[in-house]
This record gives sequence, structure tokens and C-alpha cells, in this order.
Amino acid sequence: MIPLSWYLIFAAILFCIGLYGVLVRKNAIAILMGIELMLNSININLIAFWRYRSPDGIAGQAFAIIVFAVAAAEVAVGLALIISIYRRRSSVVADDMNMLKW
Amino acid sequence: MTLEQIAFIIVAIVTLVAGISVVTSRNLIHSALWLILTLFGIAIYYVFLNAGFFAVIQVIVYIGAIAILFIFASMLTRRVMQDTGPQTNSNWWLGALISLLLFAGIILIFVNWQGFTTSAPDLANSSGQISQLGLALVSPDQYLLPFELASILLVAGMIGAIFVAGEKKQ
Repeated sequence: MIPLSWYLIFAAILFCIGLYGVLVRKNAIAILMGIELMLNSININLIAFWRYRSPDGIAGQAFAIIVFAVAAAEVAVGLALIISIYRRRSSVVADDMNMLKW
Repeated sequence: MTLEQIAFIIVAIVTLVAGISVVTSRNLIHSALWLILTLFGIAIYYVFLNAGFFAVIQVIVYIGAIAILFIFASMLTRRVMQDTGPQTNSNWWLGALISLLLFAGIILIFVNWQGFTTSAPDLANSSGQISQLGLALVSPDQYLLPFELASILLVAGMIGAIFVAGEKKQ
């Protein structure tokens, strides 16, 4: 059997890769991809805790469903914002998005 | 080492290499394709965890919708971000340092925790899982409110995306 620690370590590594992408990439779409990696690693954690700690309950799966829905809404709005900014500024670099700067 | 553990390690290596490629590859389309491979690896883990329903949702929602949306967005914005020039900002070492420190902190918390190496308990009824989840999502004393909030969020997100990205007619 696979111990719980393997899933947790895997999810931690994937979360840190996603965080690196969010912090470092210049392209705004690549930043959103990093956020997707982080949300996926959190989902693995939720399902693994459900399976190993309380397989009789349903809370872990319900939370994972909510995370799925939030991820879908987040990526739809985020990509729409990036496309809209691209129409106005012809740029998807996160540093160039300074229209609200005073 | 059992066959299951060997399969776990192989999938882990493929998924993590794909994940690193997502954040490091210069071409955004390649990043999106690596993202699809990463999401497939995570779907395999849902199968390992006896949550086959989530593996199906992962393939349909993440790979079928979100990854395709990423590919469309990178095609729509392709001209500006050519494959030349640096893809990372000047403080990339600081980002790597923060990620490594976070990883070390997570591992430090895990090794001090009692239940870190527990193995999985037997699953009572694996066949009635999906109907149990479906009933829990619509029964008022369990998860009806978060479920309805998620649907309102999805509708609001869809309307907002259409409004923000749609062409403005004069």
C-alpha cells in the first residue's frame, strides 16, 4: 500500500513548482497556469486526506468539487481579463499592466 | 516494493517533470501541452485514491475545458510574446528561494505530525460513493449552500467573462 506521506510530498512539490511559476513568469497566461498547478495539488491533498483519514465521510469530496468550480470560474474570468488587456495595450506581460498606477 | 508503489513513482516523475516544464518552457503553447500531461498524471492519482469520479471530472473539466481555454488564449495573444527574450523576471532566484523555503517548511510540519505515514483504511462501500456524494450536495443539512454558491459563482464568472472579453459594439 502507498502511505499517505507520498501523496502529501508529491502535492507539496507540485504546489511549490506552481508557486515558482506564479512568482517568476512574466507572461500573465503562464502565471494563470501556475495557479492551476497550485489548485490541482490542493485537490490531491483534499482527496488523499478524505481517503486516508475519513473515508466514511463525504466532506473531502464536497470540498474538492467546490475547488473544481472555483478553478473553472477563476480561469474563465482571468483569461477574459488578459484578452481584454491585450486588446487595449497589445501586451500580456504582467509588468506592463499598470493602467491603475497613479 | 509493490507494483502499485512502482506505478506511483513512475507517474510522479512524469507529472513533476511535466510540471517543471510548464513553468520553464519558453513557448506558451508547449507550456499548455505540458499542463495537459500534468493534469493527466493527477487524474491517475485520483484513480489510485479510489475516487474514479474525480478522475473523470479532471479529464472533462480540466483537460477538456480549462487547458483548451489556455491554448485558445495563448493563440489569441501570440504575436506579442515571441519566443525570444527572457521569459522570467529579474528576481527569478528570489521566487525559487521562496518556493524552496515553503517546501522545506511544509516538510518540517509533516515530519512532526503523527499521522504522516498512515496507510489507507479499507473502503466500506466503494460503489455507493457517487450517489452518497450527490445526495450530500443537495441535502439542506449538508452541502446545499456551498453547492448553490458555486453555481452562482460559475454563472457570474461566465457573464463576466463574456462581458469583459466580448467585442464592444459602437
